[in-house]
Amino acid sequence: MKKVLSIVLTGALAASFVMSASAAEVIKIGGIGPTTGPAGIYGSSVQNAMEIAVEEVNALDGDIQFELMFEDDTHDAETSVNAYNTLKDKGMQILGGTVTTVPCLAVGAEAVADNMLCLTPSASSQDVIDLGDNMFQVCFTDPNQGLASADYISQQGLGTKIGVIYNSADPYSTGILNTFLAEAEVVGLEVLEPQAFTDDNSTDLTTQVQACKDAGADLIFLPIYYTPASQILKAADDMDYDVKFFGVDGMDGILSVEGFDTSLAEGVMLLTPFVATSTDEATVAFVEKYKEKTGGQIPNQFAADGYDVVMTLYKACTEAGVTADMAPSDVCEALKAVLTSGDFSVDGLTGEGMTWDASGAVSKAPRGMVIENGEYQPMD
Amino acid sequence: MQFLTYLVRGISLGSVYALIALGYTMVYGIAKMLNFAHGDVIMVGGYVVFFAFCKNGFNPWISVLIAMGACMLLGITIERVAYKPLRGTPSLAVLITAIGVSYFLQNGAMLLWKSDPKSFSSIVGINGLNLFGGKLQISAETIVTIITSIVIMIVLMWFVKKTKPGHAMQAVSEDRGAAQLMGINVNGIISLTFAIGSALAAIAGALLLSSYPTLMPTTGAMPGIKAFTAAVFGGIGSIPGAFLGGILLGIIENLSKAYISTQLSDAIVFLVLIVILLVRPTGLLGKKTTVKV
Repeated sequence: MKKVLSIVLTGALAASFVMSASAAEVIKIGGIGPTTGPAGIYGSSVQNAMEIAVEEVNALDGDIQFELMFEDDTHDAETSVNAYNTLKDKGMQILGGTVTTVPCLAVGAEAVADNMLCLTPSASSQDVIDLGDNMFQVCFTDPNQGLASADYISQQGLGTKIGVIYNSADPYSTGILNTFLAEAEVVGLEVLEPQAFTDDNSTDLTTQVQACKDAGADLIFLPIYYTPASQILKAADDMDYDVKFFGVDGMDGILSVEGFDTSLAEGVMLLTPFVATSTDEATVAFVEKYKEKTGGQIPNQFAADGYDVVMTLYKACTEAGVTADMAPSDVCEALKAVLTSGDFSVDGLTGEGMTWDASGAVSKAPRGMVIENGEYQPMD
Repeated sequence: MQFLTYLVRGISLGSVYALIALGYTMVYGIAKMLNFAHGDVIMVGGYVVFFAFCKNGFNPWISVLIAMGACMLLGITIERVAYKPLRGTPSLAVLITAIGVSYFLQNGAMLLWKSDPKSFSSIVGINGLNLFGGKLQISAETIVTIITSIVIMIVLMWFVKKTKPGHAMQAVSEDRGAAQLMGINVNGIISLTFAIGSALAAIAGALLLSSYPTLMPTTGAMPGIKAFTAAVFGGIGSIPGAFLGGILLGIIENLSKAYISTQLSDAIVFLVLIVILLVRPTGLLGKKTTVKV
């Protein structure tokens, strides 16, 4: 028995040598995001898209080969840090995450200490890139979303009295709200007293909608995620309140809520850099692959962000000459130099000619979308 | 009129709390344990109704009946597997187990039904009321929830006071050992209590989600805690107390949202609870018991 066992163990050891030998030629990218829990749709979208992108990169048979390791953090900061440590133990060299803001702040602090390059697809708080010079974003920062929303509403004359319902317990939501309010004042929008809720008292949001109705709001700005937004749309419909809604990227996903009456979302406007119904070649190809992988799901903006993370890393690694045997800190220095060099730009799914400055914020143009017949349509 | 609108919304939320609190108080009154998994049984009931009614188009009555059956089975199983072996151990052990069961149900639901939220369509097919020329709207869900919780409260009181199993429940609650000596099947009575409590949870789940349509594995958690607060507020163990506590809690929560702060509503709710407990430690309608030492 012992003999058999020792042979098996020796075999396993030999096999692991072979595996680690082949694995040494690939650059290990880590990904962290919620694939379960209330924000589960974001993490799984990013994971699927990153897997697709890595397959594409590896199929090019170039010098750069990626291996993706993705961990679930259930949108919880502590779990996320544990996931980060697990990935580090597995030899991660670059972090393509995390997906959501609160965990990203916790993980980012660790990544700064390790000098690990961190390119998040969708953690959009300004605080994320303020952590250190190794932090980069593919999505807009929250302040930019608030700013762009206020400008857009004012330019297009979408509303005269603007109501706001936001989540006061979420830095994502309050971050957007603050710049929205500041910019609204600059461009002269009339904004009513913002109505807050928290994660714990979000069961009943009718009071907030009622308050907007009583104050005579003709447009409600929703700097929140789609789950509470779906409740708000239903509440407004129930009280026969005919009002326009304007959301941000967190609104993306509302059409895929199971059992949600999508006719309620008809006419909802949002700023998002990606639309699955676009007809450009890259988007069509990506949507096709994504559907094939997920059994017919339509990719949302988070998926596109995830795809762009991998493609950006691919381009940056190629230009920086990153190799698989480099330590994470060296990889980070090389990529930082390329990303902020000024002449580095990426044509991604979420924007053409994306560039980064030293702060780690991305520069690209937002697009206004409106939901018509259950699909996103460009507003202009 | 604005005040009335907020008041009605408060009563609507409160009647959902009342319905959940009835289940809490029932189990506490008889089995003398806090079943923290009650909120999650509501969530399971909600999913059963979602799949029966919203997905497969069953009649709403039948869907709720199926959910009641499923939740009864679940409640009895939980009691048999998790709580019964701990009978006679310190109450802290049972309490922690109940919290464990709550997490088990939430994570089980996540595995089974995935974590992405589902939007529930109302099981109430009638129209709401429009009073004062449309200025005051009362939704059909509100009316149905209030009526249901009043009916359930009355039936439960009648059941406990007037029927033979009800008397047995009172006896078990009073003195478990003596009840057993009198020939009462204590385990059977506790199972029955859990069955009734869980069936109520299914109804509560269906009505909660008809008014507030987001269904997720964590849907039952917060309303469960609020309803527990309501039960303590009204005097835990007391059936009319749970109803009163639920309604009051809903009204306080909504009025403080409307007139004080949408952010601080929870803080205000729990502050009122603390004040009530300081003044009346047994809750509004709780029985005073003197314990001989």
